Amino acid sequence: MSDLRELYQEVILDHSKHPHNFREMAEANRRADGHNPLCGDRATVFLRVEGDVVRDVSFKGSGCSISTASASMMTDALRGRTLAEAEALFARFHDLVTADPSRAATASAELGKLAVFAGVHEFPVRVKCASLPWHTMKAALAGGEKATTE
Amino acid sequence: MSTSRDATRAALAPFDVEAVRREFPILRQTVHGKPLVYLDSAASAQKPQAVIDAEREVCEVYYSNIHRGVHRLSVLATEAYEKARAKVRRFLGAAESREIVLLRGATEALNLVAQTWGRRHVGAGDEVLITGLEHHSNIVPWQMLCEEKGASLRVAPIDDAGEVDLRAFERLLSPRTRLVSVSHVSNALGTIDPVKRMCDLAHAAGAVVVIDGAQAAPHLAVDVREIGCDFYAFSGHKVYGPSGAGALYGRAALLEAMPPWQGGGDMISSVTFEKTTWNEIPYKFEAGTPNITGGIALGAALDWVEKVGLDAIAAHEDDLLRHGTALLSGIPGLRLVGTAREKAGVLSFVLDGIHPHDVGTVLDYEGIAVRTGHHCAQPVMDRFGIPATTRASLACFNTRGDLETLARGIRKVQEMFG
Repeated sequence: MSDLRELYQEVILDHSKHPHNFREMAEANRRADGHNPLCGDRATVFLRVEGDVVRDVSFKGSGCSISTASASMMTDALRGRTLAEAEALFARFHDLVTADPSRAATASAELGKLAVFAGVHEFPVRVKCASLPWHTMKAALAGGEKATTE
Repeated sequence: MSTSRDATRAALAPFDVEAVRREFPILRQTVHGKPLVYLDSAASAQKPQAVIDAEREVCEVYYSNIHRGVHRLSVLATEAYEKARAKVRRFLGAAESREIVLLRGATEALNLVAQTWGRRHVGAGDEVLITGLEHHSNIVPWQMLCEEKGASLRVAPIDDAGEVDLRAFERLLSPRTRLVSVSHVSNALGTIDPVKRMCDLAHAAGAVVVIDGAQAAPHLAVDVREIGCDFYAFSGHKVYGPSGAGALYGRAALLEAMPPWQGGGDMISSVTFEKTTWNEIPYKFEAGTPNITGGIALGAALDWVEKVGLDAIAAHEDDLLRHGTALLSGIPGLRLVGTAREKAGVLSFVLDGIHPHDVGTVLDYEGIAVRTGHHCAQPVMDRFGIPATTRASLACFNTRGDLETLARGIRKVQEMFG
């Protein structure tokens, strides 16, 4: 079970059971719907961007524990960040869950709490679960309305 | 059923699952330190030694291209391949071997019917009728056809148990219905459709009937003449044969009247730059060098299934299905999806508040292989208002112990995410 705990860290399980910022946002000025056609997971990300700053961010949808926890922790991490910082976090997170261990180590240092997703790269079929909310957020910031993990 | 099959069956000892298991080398392994419990045969079944040996024997002893050479190996390979065709004929209960088109599998078989019979006979304003149970491979080829021809795809709904609403099916049949295509057994839920009855109804309305038998052949004795269907699509890999080897059964008169599908070698009788004439059936539909080793090994798989006995396999799996249904029904927070009165081989379920992907990952760490997701049947998932299920599917080599391991695994999942 030790390997499995690498994936299902306590903090991930906590966020999946009690996700933060799990709500629609009427005052959002950016949003996108994300879909992982492989497993049917859906995530809608809402953002309220003022000037250059993410003032508020939330999500709705249905997915596995990894995608729900990823969305929950992403929304916590993004509030108050500049758009450039949000983009940078996306890139670091992507490195963490997909890249070779050397880049992942650097990414991990910069990601703070989000580093708990480091175990995901050992589970190739679950990488898309973790990255779906992030792709959706990126699509929302880019002005797109849809994101897919495909 | 052929009498030879009955005779073979009668000579056999009672079903011995441990002896059957010993014939599957892949089962002798551990996954994450636990003995492998393979409950994903609805996706693809494992291969007995007889099938592995058959593939190797072709490659080691007499591999060559077929229907072409005058040399010894080509003659042997051709004979073996045509014997495999005859075995498929017998397995499906067809009258003649020329009614068996050897293809990659059920998906290719369904596409062949759509692209040949369908393109010739389905026109603007016509209808194609399927059911709400279908695998994507029995939806998309008809959608493509209907879109091209300006025809409509109609869908007979399913009820909460996962059974086709036969009254609705009957109401949807009309003089506009050119073709009806239904699964024999649902891959997502395990429902056995009353295909004979559906065939009769569809024929009464003047439609041609296609049965998608991919999921049925490993579990039920198939007899296309008893069913009365016009076409039957069949995949070898679900019946312990290799992937990439399967067949389409088609009534000879229909196959003869159909235009060819792919052009190439083997499907012609003569070619000039001015005009090409088609080969006779079934070769008219078999352009190019086929899956020679796979086709021959498929024949070996069918021999193996007949040796074990399809009735014995069905009885064993029925016992497993009942045992599994009782075990899983006793788990609080678990809901079985698909509770048809007639079922084969599938236990599809959801757990309260736990996503199937998480179920699948945790079970994997218990050595249990299940399928999680929409099972290539998204409309079935939509019907039940769920994005996905966890599906445990059964084969002749599974045991009651496998299902008990599954039930323990599910309780571990619930402890972890509860």
